[in-house]
Amino acid sequence: MTAATASPKPADFASDQQVRWCPGCGDYAILKGIQKTLAGLGVPQENLVFVSGIGCSSRLPYYLETYGFHTIHGRAPAVATGVKLGNPALDVWVITGDGDGLSIGGNHLMHVLRRNIDMQILLFNNEIYGLTKGQVSPTSKPGTRSPTSPRGAVDKPVMPARFALGAGARFVARAVDTDPKALRCVLERAHAHRGASLVEIYQNCIVYNDQAFADITQRGRAANNTIRLRHGEPMRFGTNGDRGLVLDPASCALRVVEVGGENGVPESELLVHDERNAALAGLLASMQPPELPVALGVIYCDPEDQSGMDTVRSPVQLAAVDRLLNGGHVWRVGEE
Amino acid sequence: MTGLNNAEYSTEAMAAVEAVEAVVVRFAGDSGDGMQLTGSQFTRATALAGNDLATLPSFPAEIRAPAGTTFGVSSFQIQFGADAVATPGDAPDVLVAMNPAALRVHLPDVAPAGTLIINTGAFTERNLARAGYERSPLEDGSLDDYQVVAVDITQRTVEAVKGFGLSHADARRCKNLWALGLMYWSYGRDPDATLEWINEKFAEREDLRSANRAALLAGHAYGETAELGPALPRTHVPPAEQAPGRYRTVTGADALTWGLLAGAGKAELPMVFASYPITPASGLMHTLSALNEPGLTTLQAEDEIAAACAAIGASFSGSLGVTASSGPGVALKGEALGLAVSAELPLVVVNCQRGGPSTGLPTKTEQSDLYQALYGRNGDAPLCVLAPATAADCFAMALEAVRLAVRYMTPVLLLADGYLVNAAEPWQIPELSDWEDFPVRFRTDPGDFHPFLRDAATGSRPWVKPGTAGLEHRIGGLEKDFDSGHISYDPDNHQRMTDARTDKIRRVADAIPEQDVAVGGSKGDLAVVSWGSTYGAVNQAVRRSRMKGRDVAHVHLRYLNPFPRNLGRLLEGYDRLLVPEINNGQLVNVLRATFGVNAQGLSQVTGEPFRIAHLENAIKETLEA
Repeated sequence: MTAATASPKPADFASDQQVRWCPGCGDYAILKGIQKTLAGLGVPQENLVFVSGIGCSSRLPYYLETYGFHTIHGRAPAVATGVKLGNPALDVWVITGDGDGLSIGGNHLMHVLRRNIDMQILLFNNEIYGLTKGQVSPTSKPGTRSPTSPRGAVDKPVMPARFALGAGARFVARAVDTDPKALRCVLERAHAHRGASLVEIYQNCIVYNDQAFADITQRGRAANNTIRLRHGEPMRFGTNGDRGLVLDPASCALRVVEVGGENGVPESELLVHDERNAALAGLLASMQPPELPVALGVIYCDPEDQSGMDTVRSPVQLAAVDRLLNGGHVWRVGEE
Repeated sequence: MTGLNNAEYSTEAMAAVEAVEAVVVRFAGDSGDGMQLTGSQFTRATALAGNDLATLPSFPAEIRAPAGTTFGVSSFQIQFGADAVATPGDAPDVLVAMNPAALRVHLPDVAPAGTLIINTGAFTERNLARAGYERSPLEDGSLDDYQVVAVDITQRTVEAVKGFGLSHADARRCKNLWALGLMYWSYGRDPDATLEWINEKFAEREDLRSANRAALLAGHAYGETAELGPALPRTHVPPAEQAPGRYRTVTGADALTWGLLAGAGKAELPMVFASYPITPASGLMHTLSALNEPGLTTLQAEDEIAAACAAIGASFSGSLGVTASSGPGVALKGEALGLAVSAELPLVVVNCQRGGPSTGLPTKTEQSDLYQALYGRNGDAPLCVLAPATAADCFAMALEAVRLAVRYMTPVLLLADGYLVNAAEPWQIPELSDWEDFPVRFRTDPGDFHPFLRDAATGSRPWVKPGTAGLEHRIGGLEKDFDSGHISYDPDNHQRMTDARTDKIRRVADAIPEQDVAVGGSKGDLAVVSWGSTYGAVNQAVRRSRMKGRDVAHVHLRYLNPFPRNLGRLLEGYDRLLVPEINNGQLVNVLRATFGVNAQGLSQVTGEPFRIAHLENAIKETLEA
């Protein structure tokens, strides 16, 4: 119950509740990252509201010393919309997962993004249903074996970042639970953006989908399978920065090239990341190993199109109601 | 301005013609014929003439059904009178039929020897065939028992508007105003208000403005000159006795929105109204969206669930969350209502009931969502259920819903219906000061704060507005510890919390009025127990039965959960109970289960309101059984 102090510490944002995720769950790191981020935002603690749906990730608000609302499956964006409409001064965050946000709640996620209501939406993507014991999710890779897909998943997975762009999101970013520093950077950027920000966070489910992101998190493989996007900088990645991205004009697709050296292309020919370029964002959001590296960081940010909500809500005025009742066609009977 | 002498609309002038106590008129035509508009204009003119009135608009679910078909017929019925008018009337005294289909559909309802005003211009072979007539009813003697005014309204309209440069189609479209003009003549209505309305509506179109005015006046002049004799006599319905004050016509939809706003004002809260389009509830969102009131925010949500959830989110943030829908939409909101019950947040949900199940009868009225309101959620999830009795009562009950929601931190379901939201009646504009203020006092004291600590008097938990320092807390749909509000799976705690939620709703009975008897004594042979929009019909049926010497009382419920604290005792005072409902028997079972009373149901699920005669007959049969 600590009120905002001059320089709050991450621990100030921990509630008195014991965290109940599985040992080794990626959610622990994300929770820490959020607490550290909140400590640096300068937002009065009492103005923070975390709204979640149902699932492992959606337990997170219980562990934060902020206002929190653990709602129903898939509906957190709708509840959060009401919170923001009812009290625009609040700093609203949504915690959701791949099943919560993209299966049962896909409709709400789409609409909160296109409406651009000012909030941060953190989608923990572990590509599995955890809390219901391991069923295939809408983001599960084809072939994923689960109690409901014993012979392997056959459906094409939805890509959260692409979905968000398609829904008209003005801020889309991606982070990984194993890289807390980059996560914090992305969360700060998401918070700074006025409007709906979607942050997809790859999160390892140690019990039901362990190593789902090994390609991009394992030492030795991560460097070649991921690229950290920086606005205005050439898109280089790889163990020694020896790879880069170029746009193949013929196919309108991204391609990996070797950079420098005898056979490589010069850095000047690489694509430069422009987070305001929606077309590029679509290509970046779709990249997947082994052909292309996974894009991490801010994929898209449209600073021009910001939510312009007022910050004060006044009570309904009885005088205004009285005017309504007496407006229009009114007649008088008898003497006043 | 009108070319008519206003003096002829004075009470004195009209007193010279035939006077009757009440008249039922029904306008019927194609869904594109403008019958709803005609009816609402007639309603306004009638209200301005000082009559009491009740209306029943009825229209197909299709927007423009194929022209000339029976399923495309749209109608508007109004009863107006000198005495209190409680229903739109059982049987029309006058039917205005704009085409054969309208005649075919509505003729069976017309009172014996009633008047038929028939637009012969629409009685073409094609239209007759579409309506299923092998021979024209105008020629085969089938209308001999009625007073028939057969007039080619279409042709007369086209002639009246010649010279304004309208296309033939546009010219024909003015025929509803011609018919309206004739009815204005017949009942001595001043057409001025409608002429003004035409001026406003067609402010940008001089040709349509002039043509519609001309059509209205031509219909009026036709009545004046055609010497229709006994078929369509000029009739005077004396004004009703009305208390002095300011009046307006009001529909249930208007009254609901104004009542909700008044409630938010009394609670000193901003209001967030989140809804999803659905018949017949959309009118509420239309009305509220048009307002420019800083305290009101409206959201057309992506679906019914989101609408309920956004309203709940708004309440969590310290505003008043409201959502409105009809049965199928309320079904979708069910899980969210459970969340509001569990999280103990105020919420007002308006259900404008319609025929069910499933998509059912979107434009027809029914009272069949009472079970849904009382029981339609998973788990033991009690909430308050209220039902307005009339269009005007929608205002008071919407305000009451807000009061109970914020006082008891609970969702309140308001059961209106399609008939109520569309029906219009004259309304004495109330003084807002007649209701007590109930400003919400959010908790701000951080000392010894538990989110689910209950108020000793009401059993409700404190409402804390996020943004209040030192009171940060988490709530949700998981079971909460009775004291701390933290997640708890403890068996005894769940029992205790379930009991606490039940007890809280039970305690609402302390804050609502005792049940009164609308008509008759508090003991006797028979009480007719009704709820919701059947009030007017039941009330009239009971009054008429009593005038015939029958010992019957009328008990009308506006509070359905909890029931008024004296209801059980009151019902025990009657030997028999008759419970008429526009459903297959819901309240009757709830009364039996709650009070163990000998209640007998009277069910009607035709999509239409009860007729007084039907109820009167049921009362007679019950007493004679």
